[in-house]
Amino acid sequence: MNQENRIKDPYYRSLTRKMLIIFIAVSIAPLITVSGIILNRFSVSYNEKLNAHLGELVLKHRQNIDGFLLEKLNNIRFMARSFTVDELKNEKFLRNNLAALQTEYGSVFEDLGIINDKGIQDAYAGPFKLENARYSDTEWFRKAIKSDFFISDVFLGLRGIPHFIITVRQMSNGKPWILRATISFVAFNSLVENLRIGKTGFAFILNSKGEFQSKPGFEVVHEKSYSFYESIKSGRKTKDGVFFSEMTDASGQKNLYVASLIKNGDWILIYQQDKSDAFSDLTHAKQIAFFIILIGGIVIIVTAFLLSKRMVARIAQADGEKELMNQQVIETGKLASLGELAAGIAHEINNPVAIMVEEAGWVHDLMEEEQFSSKENKNEFERALLQIKTQGKRCREITQKLLSFARKTDTCVEDVRINDVINEVISFCVQRAKFSNVVIKSNLQDNLPLLCLSHTEIQQVLLNLMNNALDSLEKRGGIITLTNWLEGDEVVISVADNGPGIPRANLARIFDPFFTTKPVGKGTGLGLSICYGIIKKMGGEIDVRSVVDAGTTFYLRVPTKKND
Amino acid sequence: MDEISVLLVDDEREFLETLLKRLLKRRVKVKGVGSGEEALKFLRETPPDVVVLDVRMEGMDGIQTLREIKKIKPLVEVIMLTGHANLEVAVEGMEVGAFDYLMKPTDVDELLYKLEDAFKRKKIQEQKIKRLEEEKESGKE
Repeated sequence: MNQENRIKDPYYRSLTRKMLIIFIAVSIAPLITVSGIILNRFSVSYNEKLNAHLGELVLKHRQNIDGFLLEKLNNIRFMARSFTVDELKNEKFLRNNLAALQTEYGSVFEDLGIINDKGIQDAYAGPFKLENARYSDTEWFRKAIKSDFFISDVFLGLRGIPHFIITVRQMSNGKPWILRATISFVAFNSLVENLRIGKTGFAFILNSKGEFQSKPGFEVVHEKSYSFYESIKSGRKTKDGVFFSEMTDASGQKNLYVASLIKNGDWILIYQQDKSDAFSDLTHAKQIAFFIILIGGIVIIVTAFLLSKRMVARIAQADGEKELMNQQVIETGKLASLGELAAGIAHEINNPVAIMVEEAGWVHDLMEEEQFSSKENKNEFERALLQIKTQGKRCREITQKLLSFARKTDTCVEDVRINDVINEVISFCVQRAKFSNVVIKSNLQDNLPLLCLSHTEIQQVLLNLMNNALDSLEKRGGIITLTNWLEGDEVVISVADNGPGIPRANLARIFDPFFTTKPVGKGTGLGLSICYGIIKKMGGEIDVRSVVDAGTTFYLRVPTKKND
Repeated sequence: MDEISVLLVDDEREFLETLLKRLLKRRVKVKGVGSGEEALKFLRETPPDVVVLDVRMEGMDGIQTLREIKKIKPLVEVIMLTGHANLEVAVEGMEVGAFDYLMKPTDVDELLYKLEDAFKRKKIQEQKIKRLEEEKESGKE
């Protein structure tokens, strides 16, 4: 089996798959866990920080606005207390005062007016012609006349321009009068307009009815209704009086609202920002994190894929080498006892077989005297008896081989030139090799020492190995290589074929007597057992290495010096 | 040719009997005994020309019996019959003085040839001895 085929084997495929899964799981799990935790912590803390920041911002602006309103109120109060109503009713005086305020505070104060308890403006200083204007029916007047000071909502009033007023009530001769100042909407609005963050963050002010008290920087898609105001107020409230809430507006955009009550709860300052804009840094960070995870994941998967593939290839290669190195360590003890067993069986079988053959012979003898009714019967008898004789002989051959595997005594030994024996064996096999389309190659060393062993025995062993090699190559042809060399004080002879090889399961048994893969009657399974017996007796070793689909090599190691 | 007298020694009774019958049918003057001891006893009483001796027997084995036979009657030829395909035993038998060996199961005709050969050799030996004795006698004269 070559490397490619081996990797396609289902076993290696599932191994690759398992490795891949483990690699990916082990690598990606921590990546995702760590990034997930970090991202989560980051988003939580970012959220907190953003909320804190926005809360701070809103608080600061609340202070600004409240401070602004208070300052303006104090200005007016100061004026109302400093002067009598008669002084202020003098239009010139009033105008001087307005001019003084405008010099001090810019165009914040638009005009000043004195209103008597009937709601009639007795005196007026400002750009509009509002002398003797009647305010008795207006809502702000009803409120202003009842309290010491009052700051109105934004309204259009008589002049038709959005503005709001600050009033201070004073008593004169038991009758209340009011000093009224108009605050420029533009000046006030700039306080709120300044609060701009990011692309979509802006602020606006609503009164308790949900009406705008400032000009929003962007269109607020919410209905400027009381319900909006209420839902803002029902948001999470901090101890500083800041409300946090999230709402989806009519256009489906998620907005973040941070609000705080101003003007003693009459108005509410609302900061609105598109959530995605507010969290754009976080979103950006998330995008980076996802990108890193994605790239990391791809790298991990690719690496895991390559790595597992390579590792499995290595394993497959190692397995292949192991198979190559699956050189059979012959169990000497097992074969020795098998030898004795075989010898015992041989003896015990041989006698009954001898008797059977003898009896058959006797029947044959007697047949000569008999008159057979038909000639056919006689022929059949003779054939049967001959068969018994033939099979008896076959048994004898088997027992003979068995005994030669088991025998221990020495036969005549002589000095043998091993190359001569090998060449002789090759010459025996050449004819058969030609028929099987097998090429026999030899690679023999010339200067090998003489071996002291039985010529016929070593010949028998080599013939046996050659015959096995030829058998394995019979169908497809191939090459048999005979090689010898000196290794220490041993001569090694190798007989290698490039045939189908011996499967691992069989390799352990090839030296066992009667083990054969040939069909019944074709081989006794004794050839290698006998080889083993002979080589062992010489004090040598026989072993085998085989790779399926690549070939089999037998190694004979014969000592040059006879071990006594 | 004179009739050959043969003694068959084998402890396998069935084998012995069948072989006896077959040889008798071939007009061989043959007797059979079941052990080495019996064979020696028979040998002392009526020495045959050839002994066919099984190697592997209970009690005295073939090689021992062969040695005894050669002591008692050196001229009697012995053919070893072995169930062992073990050539070493055969070789040992030959060294001790057996005429030849045969392997079980044996072909009866093959056995007959061997018997005849053995008998011939015995005759030749006897004639040699006779001649020697005659020469000895004539030498005395």
